[in-house]
Amino acid sequence: MSAGDRRTRSLAERVTELRPNPLVAAVRSAWPFVIAIVIAFVLQAVVAPAMSPFKAKMLLDIGIAIVLASSLNIVNGMAGQFSIGHAGFMMIGGYAAAVVTYYGSIKLLGVPLGVDVPVIGGFMGSGDLLFLASCIVGGIFAAVAGLVVGLPSLRLRGDYLAIVTLGFGEILRVLVQQTPEVPSPKEAAEAGLGTMMSHLGGALSFTGTPTYVSPTPWLENASGEQTGHAGIFFTYLIVGILLVLIYRLKTANQGRRLLAVRENEIAAEACGVNTSRTKVTAFVLAAFFAGVGGALFAHELGATLSPKELGFMKSIDLVIMVVLGGMGSITGVVCAAAFLTVLPELLRTLAPMITNLIGVSVNPDAYRMPLYALALILVMILRPQGLFGIRELWDLRWWKRYVTPAWTKIAGGWLIPRAPKDRP
Amino acid sequence: MTAKIALEAKQLSLAFGGLKAVSDFSLRVPERGLCGLIGPNGAGKTTIFNLLTGVYQPDHGEIWLGGTRLDGKKPSAIALAGLARTFQNIRLFGELSVIDNVRTACGVRARSGLVRSFLRTPLFLAEERAMIERSYDLLDVLGIAHRADEQAKSLPYGDQRRLEIARALATEPKVLLLDEPVAGMNTQEKHEMRSLIVSLRERFDVGILLIEHDMGLVMEICEEITVLDHGVTIASGNAAGIQENPAVIEAYLGAPEPDEPPSQGPT
Repeated sequence: MSAGDRRTRSLAERVTELRPNPLVAAVRSAWPFVIAIVIAFVLQAVVAPAMSPFKAKMLLDIGIAIVLASSLNIVNGMAGQFSIGHAGFMMIGGYAAAVVTYYGSIKLLGVPLGVDVPVIGGFMGSGDLLFLASCIVGGIFAAVAGLVVGLPSLRLRGDYLAIVTLGFGEILRVLVQQTPEVPSPKEAAEAGLGTMMSHLGGALSFTGTPTYVSPTPWLENASGEQTGHAGIFFTYLIVGILLVLIYRLKTANQGRRLLAVRENEIAAEACGVNTSRTKVTAFVLAAFFAGVGGALFAHELGATLSPKELGFMKSIDLVIMVVLGGMGSITGVVCAAAFLTVLPELLRTLAPMITNLIGVSVNPDAYRMPLYALALILVMILRPQGLFGIRELWDLRWWKRYVTPAWTKIAGGWLIPRAPKDRP
Repeated sequence: MTAKIALEAKQLSLAFGGLKAVSDFSLRVPERGLCGLIGPNGAGKTTIFNLLTGVYQPDHGEIWLGGTRLDGKKPSAIALAGLARTFQNIRLFGELSVIDNVRTACGVRARSGLVRSFLRTPLFLAEERAMIERSYDLLDVLGIAHRADEQAKSLPYGDQRRLEIARALATEPKVLLLDEPVAGMNTQEKHEMRSLIVSLRERFDVGILLIEHDMGLVMEICEEITVLDHGVTIASGNAAGIQENPAVIEAYLGAPEPDEPPSQGPT
């Protein structure tokens, strides 16, 4: 060990000389978002049209599941605060967004007062803009709820916190069940703010929301008009933005603080991490993204925005995705969300095979859910830490050996910063 | 010796119900000073660390770090004010890598907030780089840089202690509290740790207060030693004075035998 005559410099002393070129910094900031837009566009314009409508719908379901599971991953996985009321945030976001687009279409955009509210305008037309705005409104409403639920998390731990979040979700579900039905478009044109906020359709569902999130290939209209069904584009745009932000969260101070709180709260506090603030931040962020996910769900073709759909079971589904993917692993949770969305449908396709095998016609629903449960139990026995554990795809050995060096060669310097020092 | 005082505790008292855990405890750690806190098991040494770092709030008394009053603050605020600690029963962020343990602590001095992290602004990039460099430097000083990418919980015991010290230093403290830094180490490791602790003062500009049962180490390196028994300060002064103090000998050996200085304390 060298003698102590050389001082180890503080963070502030180092920062001044490490400022990157602003142009390089701007490129580094922007390129992942550009890639997200390109991928979303390709999925919408190239991949989806080549798929059957059923598979395209699965693609949408996967995207929405990724948004919801990844948002839960912030609070359950990274911060380690076990929340099992996540569907509640989704419900708040979904209903808020539905109110915005339903009444917005009628009052602002003046749709004909028919039976159903159609999708308005072409790609990035007024309807799409209203839909995007509704996603943000849904997120904000859910984030406020996240703040309210996050505050008790400061006093409660483990099972007790889980019970509070469970209670939150259930209270919300029961409250929505009590609401009167949604006014018809004709009545809606005259409805005041009070009616808009309180007539949510009760136990049945919020009917009449335009289906912006639908797998119908966009640009495909006989009369040459754009129909505005760019659901896959918008869903995967949001997936992309969310994943970039979550990655940036995890690899920044704020994310490491979340992980520190999960690992050892006392040590985190002793290192100067304000654990109260960290936990509330986790809840607010997670709730915001869950609200956006709920907004996507509210406008999805074939999805019913009802309290029954967004109850306890939905929360548990999301928890399973996070646990299966690996608590805190971004890529793990994405894989688990996709896998668990597809699995029940895959099992359904087994029905003809089994029928052939045993010569008796079987109903897929009779074995589908037991098999699904069995698959989960098996995975948890074989990999209790989840698919990736706490690690990410890029922490795996083969990725480090083959992909990382190539990627550093391509992107090092401009797109990603090089390692600051050569280390043995 | 007229060094400026970095950390000062004035007449601290704390009772758990009817039990007086600490009574009338006063202490001064000079800037770059090296002080020891000793006493038999259950004397209240770790309780005092918990008082100083805000885990417990004192019933009476004041704690000052430079010009800042610490009592009444949250532990995280105290750490930011410049008082860092290690734990007797090691508390690392077990699942995180060694380097991330240190970076997390480095990060509390960073200025970029959530929005800057999301947008990766130039300040964020510069800070992130500075944190990595500084973390590696800290690990270098503690001699565990070659284990930077390992999981913290997989480190051998001695290295876990070193990592705790690196993490505490990462918060840029003015005073460092070490709770039994050589507990469970062999002679060789103890020797290394001793020269390390001494070198930290110059290198990081810190005052150090340490709790230790290894009397040899304490007597050798501490300029000022406070002896505690049942929450009461029974002696304070330099090593020579402590060794001859009858109250100290009684506390450790239980019987007044002035012929035999307590060169090795009970463990």
